[in-house]
Amino acid sequence: MAHAHDDADVTRRDFIYVAASGMTAAGAVATAIPFIDQMNPARDTLALATTEVDLASVTPGQSITVMWRKKPVFVRRRTPEEIKAAQDVPVDALPDPQADSARVQSGKEEWLVVLANCTHLGCVPDKGNKGEFGGWLCPCHGSHYDTSGRIRKGPAPLNLAVPEFRFISDTKIVIGEAPAPAATTTEGA
Amino acid sequence: MAGDYKYKPTNGFTRWLDSRLPIWRMVDEQVLNFPTPKNLNYWYTFGGILTLMLGVQIITGIVLAMHYTPHEKLAFDSVERIMRDVNYGWMMRYLHSNGASMFFIAVYIHMFRGLYYGSYKAPREVLWILGVIIYLLMMATAFLGYTLPWGQMSFWGATVITNFFSAIPFVGEAITQWLWGSFAVDNSTLQRFFSLHYLLPFVIAGVVILHIWALHVPGNNNPLGIDVRGPQDTVAFHPYYTVKDGFAIAVFLLLFFYFVFFNPNYLGHTDNYIPANPLVTPAHIVPEWYFLPFYAILRSVPDKLMGVILMFGSIFVLFFLPWLDTSRVRSAAFRPIYRQAFWIFVVVCLGLGWVGAQTTDYKIFDLGPKTDVVEQIVEKAKADNVTGQALEAVRTQAEEQNRRAFDATDLGRILTILYFAFFLIAIPLIGVVETPKALPRSISEAVLAHGGSSQPARPQGAHA
Repeated sequence: MAHAHDDADVTRRDFIYVAASGMTAAGAVATAIPFIDQMNPARDTLALATTEVDLASVTPGQSITVMWRKKPVFVRRRTPEEIKAAQDVPVDALPDPQADSARVQSGKEEWLVVLANCTHLGCVPDKGNKGEFGGWLCPCHGSHYDTSGRIRKGPAPLNLAVPEFRFISDTKIVIGEAPAPAATTTEGA
Repeated sequence: MAGDYKYKPTNGFTRWLDSRLPIWRMVDEQVLNFPTPKNLNYWYTFGGILTLMLGVQIITGIVLAMHYTPHEKLAFDSVERIMRDVNYGWMMRYLHSNGASMFFIAVYIHMFRGLYYGSYKAPREVLWILGVIIYLLMMATAFLGYTLPWGQMSFWGATVITNFFSAIPFVGEAITQWLWGSFAVDNSTLQRFFSLHYLLPFVIAGVVILHIWALHVPGNNNPLGIDVRGPQDTVAFHPYYTVKDGFAIAVFLLLFFYFVFFNPNYLGHTDNYIPANPLVTPAHIVPEWYFLPFYAILRSVPDKLMGVILMFGSIFVLFFLPWLDTSRVRSAAFRPIYRQAFWIFVVVCLGLGWVGAQTTDYKIFDLGPKTDVVEQIVEKAKADNVTGQALEAVRTQAEEQNRRAFDATDLGRILTILYFAFFLIAIPLIGVVETPKALPRSISEAVLAHGGSSQPARPQGAHA
């Protein structure tokens, strides 16, 4: 390329063509970024990051629905039988294997906090119909969840997601904040 | 085809204009005197009907946008205000919502027409592909528009459909949040959907121009599927087809106005008159009727990602149709095996539509008790020392409660397989094994053989 007789093929004008179109392409990409990113959640939407829930009025066996980041969240106070049912399932047999202990906070096994959107296509599972596994049944496409919010049957691929949440007192949680460091075995969704 | 006829300006003004902006030349050569096969039947009038419906949707849509408010707290009420308070608002909205359904009825007939007469084959592949693009844009526009009234079906339809993208591995969640502009469908979603719903019809109009351009290069296909040989095979578009299209449009409007004025909510869902509630999903959510076959395909696959892939694949396969078909004969009138496959395919599509409207566990046939489960229950009862009549009672109850059934999901699976088999197996294979009937030598000869006089103005349908 660098030999003198090739200079007739590659001219300085060719260089200008390549450089100019390269810069134009880079400019187009740089311009596209803000136009694409403007569709991502805005700062005020992101600011709605935490929700405080008072648990005092929830009785065993009862499930309440609260809003967090514009999504419904189930907060369920499980009965001892429900906890046992969730713990006794062989983890390997689950479509999305996860032990119950990884989905609740140790010492607070009574409280199950899960996002209420079915992991199939986002419908809200029915609180009135517990499905075949005692948890929830999604009315849209028939996914059954167990008492740990894990998918057991139906088209949904994943367990109901567990959001980060922290006990700020015995009867109050904040959804959207990491658990206090003292709580040992918990994991976010 | 268009090459034979040439426009000649007739006076000083048209000569002056023709050398500056030859717009009247285009109208004259491409519309008024466009040479059109003389044998087009009424199935060929749906292009004109679709153009009209696009116009109806754009005009009523612009009117509705003057009164509608795209905000999660105001949208539902603004639609009710259009219905109750705005002068003729009810009519504009019913024209627009039923117009969408009519648009889809017409496009489906138009597509099946192309499938029957082989209108996608060379040299009309680009014409067909542009049509599939228009169809995809129509589906996107209809979905976005259905969200705007912000009723329960709007909200949950938007949630379910945007969640299709969450099936994409790794980036699915980021993409859905980008589409929503939030962590769930909310006001940001509604506002962008309104913006895009206003934009896309004009994109459709642009692609329609390309579609008509691609039609006018090779000219129309026709029910015989053979090429035009010369002027004896054609008539001028105007007045022959302007009148024929006009009559078809009038008949089509009868159907349209029946729904608008006498049964305006028949094609909708009552749940959409309940304001959107992110906490409660309606017990039975179904899409609008024109999406039901695809919804059935989605639900018939037990795996989320595969369901979404097959659903989109069922439309994308249309892009490859011109190259999947191995037969060089276009019209099904001369293809005895393909013609049967075509009608089976029509039934499959209608069947998928029916399946999409049912709940997944809707029982079609009862297949008797699950004998293994019943035996287990009976054995258990025996072990508990149940005997005699009590044991028989246990058996009877077990047989009643544990039954196998052929349900809507099973039928959906069979029909989904048949849907893809039509494109991927039947169409390539039939072209190889089938012996087509003898083709007529020309359109003109075939038309006259059916007892037409020497008058060229009598379009004749094939035996369809």
